[in-house]
Order: sequence, then structure tokens, then C-alpha cells
Amino acid sequence: MATEIRMPALSPAMEEGRLARWFVAEGDAVEPGDVIAEIETDKATLEFEAVAAGRLGRILVPEGSEAVKVDTPIALLHADAAVAGTADPNAAPRPAPRRGRGTALAEPGWPAHVHRGPLIVREALRAALFEEMQRDESVFVMGEEIGSAEGPYRVTQGLLDAFGSGRVIDVPVTEAAFSGIGIGAAFAGQRPVVEFMNMSFALQAMDQIVNSAAFTHYMSGGRIACPIVFRGPNGAAGRVGAQHAMCLAAWAAHVPGLKVVYPFAASDAKGLLKAAIRDPDPVIFLENERLYGRAFEVPALDDHLVPLGRARTWREGGDVTLAGYGPAMAAVLEAADTLAAEGIAAEVIDLRSLRPLDVEAVAASVRKTHRCVTVEEGWPQGGIGAYLAAEVTRAAFDWLDAPIGSVTGADVPMPYAETLEELALPRAADVVAAARHACYR
Amino acid sequence: MAARETGEAPAGDIGLYRDMLLIRRFEEKAGQLYGMGLIAGFCHLYIGQEAVVTGMESAARDGDQRITSYRGHGHALAAGMAPAAIMAELLGRESGASGGKGGSMHLFDPARGFWGGHGIVGAQVPIGAGLALAQKQRGTNDVTFVYFGDAAADQGQVAETYRVAQALALPVLFVIENNSYPAGGGLSGAGPGLLDRAKAYGLPVQGVDGMDVRAVRGVAEDAVLHVRAGKGPYVVEARTYRYRGHSMADPAKYRTRDEAARMRESRDPIDSLRASLLAEGAAEEDALRAIDREVKEIVSAAADAARAAEAPGDDALHRHVYAEV
Repeated sequence: MATEIRMPALSPAMEEGRLARWFVAEGDAVEPGDVIAEIETDKATLEFEAVAAGRLGRILVPEGSEAVKVDTPIALLHADAAVAGTADPNAAPRPAPRRGRGTALAEPGWPAHVHRGPLIVREALRAALFEEMQRDESVFVMGEEIGSAEGPYRVTQGLLDAFGSGRVIDVPVTEAAFSGIGIGAAFAGQRPVVEFMNMSFALQAMDQIVNSAAFTHYMSGGRIACPIVFRGPNGAAGRVGAQHAMCLAAWAAHVPGLKVVYPFAASDAKGLLKAAIRDPDPVIFLENERLYGRAFEVPALDDHLVPLGRARTWREGGDVTLAGYGPAMAAVLEAADTLAAEGIAAEVIDLRSLRPLDVEAVAASVRKTHRCVTVEEGWPQGGIGAYLAAEVTRAAFDWLDAPIGSVTGADVPMPYAETLEELALPRAADVVAAARHACYR
Repeated sequence: MAARETGEAPAGDIGLYRDMLLIRRFEEKAGQLYGMGLIAGFCHLYIGQEAVVTGMESAARDGDQRITSYRGHGHALAAGMAPAAIMAELLGRESGASGGKGGSMHLFDPARGFWGGHGIVGAQVPIGAGLALAQKQRGTNDVTFVYFGDAAADQGQVAETYRVAQALALPVLFVIENNSYPAGGGLSGAGPGLLDRAKAYGLPVQGVDGMDVRAVRGVAEDAVLHVRAGKGPYVVEARTYRYRGHSMADPAKYRTRDEAARMRESRDPIDSLRASLLAEGAAEEDALRAIDREVKEIVSAAADAARAAEAPGDDALHRHVYAEV
């Protein structure tokens, strides 16, 4: 009996694509997971795999066909793999999987067959802004040097050309004013994305962010919403001293009415920024200068959205839960490798969203591992890790076999000297030591 | 734009009289209820300053926006917001404009272009410029009126906002209500050069007697014409006088009772207009008396309804922290 193999959609928005290549010929035996074809759109390429075993019957759409509508039958599959004939010796050999740049960190959770390529965080952010501005004309960006200067970190590069000065707005160095102006525009139903050149400077605007953006919905009994995103590089950048290395994560996450995200990976940078722009509430979107140029291995991310409030598991393990966020994830992942070599299987969780905070994801992990260490670059007192530890203790007390450990930035203003700065930030070795301690090793 | 819920205003100057009187009577009632312990916390009355918002708003049209400080009952009424909803909010009732969660300082009515109602001195100024930015981006030629006091004008973010509003040519009309006394009166009156500061940023400015509603209207019409024509921001300083303390908690010891009484006797915006209307034969005594009665009834009804209204239910505590989608 034959079933139809249909043209797949690479994204919810995809309507048609090019069937670039068949990797199998009529009569070939296929197993689930075998790459059978390559599909292209103007945005992405997908290696299409068989989902069932069988023998390929008739090919209905030859390779090289353009504008093949999604869900069109493209071939028949016969469920008689047992009598699979001999493969056609002239069939094209299956290509080896393509790989991205060696430096790119492979992100977990994508289906194995999906083609991946490197994406750096800066480009992910830029793509998110571009896509949202294209999708919704009420979205605009505002900040210092973001237009003709293309952004202090080039995140907004090209946006002025694409959208004009009415939606890519350069403002003078007036943090309180341009934050308040963004808030007023958001009240009126626009969707501003306000960039701080550095999140340390957002302290100049903290009154507007808290008293105006966060509270007005509540104070007005729900009559006014404030759909605004405040974004910019946050935390330590590398030898910039205390006044340019402020981590706003815990400060902002303290405030009811604000939402706070701090992505590590490129796909999360893109998906969370797009979700933040569409969110009806004010979102503090934290980036980090050290991550802007970092590459991650991800599939093409057409209209990729990551919901706020959900943590992400980077690797599974049964011995200890490591829960971190932001640039500290680099130390966490490195530590997990070291621990694995010692026979300690760490489960690695990237919180991504700090308010709402996915306490349950960590608690569920702790019910399995019975041990936990929180990791962050921010300060210890009143930190995200401290709150998370309290909540996880409440939620999973009976499962804990050790006190929850914490690794934080040093409790000092960020020093300038290279040696001191290194000491002030959590290193993989600190995470390893804390994990060993939690495991009584 | 939603219709006025403050009742039909007669055409022309009699309408100005009625609008000012409604604010006066409303504020007097609020003062009474505060004295009875029914209104709590901070309550900033607008008595004495009625000509400013009434005159300015007489130059507004549907689609225009406005925002002000914590001294905002008068602005809410001028925007046409329901007196009962305002009074209920002052009493912290469920039927209040903000469901009882805002109070006297936090009244809002977006449907009438009234955006509050802000408790941080001067913070409404950039927000107002943002409302104007939204209007500009949408291609309307609506004007946003941004009201703030002489003390707020000292805030750094006001200067910042002049700079940005000028650079982006925002359709915003800044109205400085110089009521002569910052809170507590520790400084000797308003700071110097309120208009000169704006002028230094390249904004056109105009001062006006804020106790004369017709004069305010004249200046407002000129200013609105400028802003609506797309020529960018404009600043008006209305010199006015508040009869009461900064808030109900301020005994206003920084001035003599005589001074306030003299002001009231010789410069009161409502009495002055009333006398002019009668002298000019523009209104009959009976007609004005009828307005007095009507306004009193509106205010009494608002107060009675607010007193009879329920407090918010406990379930309201956690609602509206985030938008419900």
C-alpha cells in the first residue's frame, strides 16, 4: 500500500518552495530519518527526511521544480521495505551532512535532520527587529546612534535604509526623556523598541521604566497598556569598569509589571526579541557585548518565536541541576563537560526568562537530580539565584539531598584590571567546584 | 473620541464659565470628603487654577491628547471624564476610573485622550512627548497638551524633553502652570526664567495671565495653530495661583491668609468671568444661577454615588499587573 509523501513547510508562514534535489531514486529502500530530499525557500534550506520505512515509489515532482505548494504530494512510499529492491546504482549519492563554522555552539532541541548553519547573536537580534518592523508598522526603534551610525554595536545596522527616519529614530543623550517618550508612544498603541547604548545608562531612566512603564497598567485599573521593549548590552563587557558593566537582571526582575529576559543563544535572542516586541507588557531585554559576535548552530529561523517565561534545557543529566542565564551559560556548559569527564552528569538549564521565571522547570529537574547550583554574573544579595533557590526549596524540598549552591559575580563594583575582572566573574571552575560540593564530592 | 460625560456645555464664554465652575465645585467637594476621612493619602486640589486647563482645552478638538501631573482632577473633568468615576476613584472604590487602584493622582481616560495622572514630578512631560510622537508617526495632525507645574519645570527630564521634542519636531504643546508656590514654599517661589529655558532650546514660547480664561484661550488658539501646522513644539507659561496648599497635607504657611484672600477677591477666574459676562450683557443672572445649580447637582450626585459604591474586591489585588490577553 502506498502513502503520499507531501511537500513540507519549513515554517508556519511558508506557502511554497523549490524541490531542489532528490537524494533517493524510485525503488530505493528508506528508513525513518533518511534524508530523501532538499527543499529551499528564499530564506532557508531544509533537508527533508523520511518519517516511515518503505520503498520509494513514483516520484511525482521532479527535482528542480519551482514553487511547489506546501502539502502537494511529491512522491509515493510503499510500505514493503522487506522486499526493497536493489538501489539504483546511478542514483545520486547521499551528501554528507553540512556543517557550520567550527566555532559555532550547537544548540540542543532541534530535530536532527534539520539543516543548521551558524548564526551570530547580533545578526539574530537584527533579524528579529527587521522581521517585526516589516510585519507591524507600529514597531519602531529609538536610541542613541542607532540610525546613520548603525548602532553602537551594529545591532540596528541597515534598519534606517529599510524603514526610514520616522521609524529608526536617533535621539540625543537623554535617557530619561527618550525612555519616557517611548512609554508615551506605547501608551498610544505604538510598539517602541528603545535601545540603551549600555544598560548601565538605564539607571538614568529607571524612574520612567518602573514608575511609568511598569505601574501604569495597574494604576489605571487595566485601562492603559505599555507594550514597549527596552534593550541593550548588559553586564560585563571586558575591561570597561564599574559604570559600564551593570547587570540589571535582578533589579528589573524585582518589579511587578516588568518582564525580563536575558538570552544566551542566538535562536533565543531572535525568538525572545520577537516575542518581546509582540508582548503587551513592558519587557527589559538584556543582551551582552561578549555574546554579540558569538555563533550558534541553528536551523533557518523563519518567524521564530520563543515564549517568555520558559526555561530551556541544554543537556540532560541525573546528578546535579545547573541553572544559569545570560553570558554565564558559557561557564555552565563548559563546567558540565568537565563534570561529565569526572562522572557527574549535570542537567543544564538556561532560564532565559527571569520574570516570569520558570521555577517549575528547575524544580522538576531537581526532583530528578536532587541537587542544584544556580549560576549568574550578577551580584549575590537579592539576586535571581537567591530567589530561585528559595522557590525551588519550597517546591522540591523533599527531593533535595544537599543545600542549593550558588555561583555569582563577586560582590563588588566591576573592577577594571584584567586579573581582577576575571576574578569578579563566574568561571567554569567555580561552577565545577560548586557542583562537586553539592554532590559531596 | 468618546463624548463628554460632564454634561452639555453652553456655547461660547458661558461654556467656559460652566466648565470652570464644575472644577471648582468638584474640588471643594473633594476637600470636604478629604476632611471627613473619605479620601486619603495625597490629594492635590486645583482650586484657583481653573482658567488654565479650561482655556487651553477650549482650543482642543477631537483627537487631541492630554497628560498632566498628580494635580489632575480639573484636567480629567476638562477632558470630559465622568465626575462620578473620578470621585469614586478618589474614594478608592471599585467603580472608580482606575478601579480604586490609582487614587487621586492616577486618573486615566484614554478614550477621551486623557493619559493621567502621574505622581512623579515632571515624569509626564516626556511621556506626553511620546504621545505626540505616536500621533506624528500615524500621520495625524493632532496636538498633545502636556501640563506641568513650575516645580516640575526644574526637573532635568523636562529640559531633555525640550531638546528631543525640538529635534524631532513633535506636535506637542507644553503648558507650564506656574502657580507661584512649589510644595512647601521653601524656595522663594517658582524658579527663574521658565520660558527662557525653553527658548534656549529653540522652542517658541508665550506667557499668559492664567487667571483670565479668555486670555488663556487666545494664547492656546495661537499655540495650537502653530503645533497643528506641523511646526513642532510650543511652550505656554500660564501664571496662576492655587488657593489651597500643595496638597491637603500642606498648610501653606509660606504665604499669608490675607494674600490668598486678596487673590481670591480680586483675581478669581470664575468670579471675574461671571462679572464680565453680566457687565457685557452676554449672560443673564438667572442663566448663570441655573448653571450653578446644575453643577452643584452633578457634583453632589458624583459624591453620593462614590460614597455608596463598593470597595474593590480582594480578587482585584493581583489583577492588571500584566495585560490580560
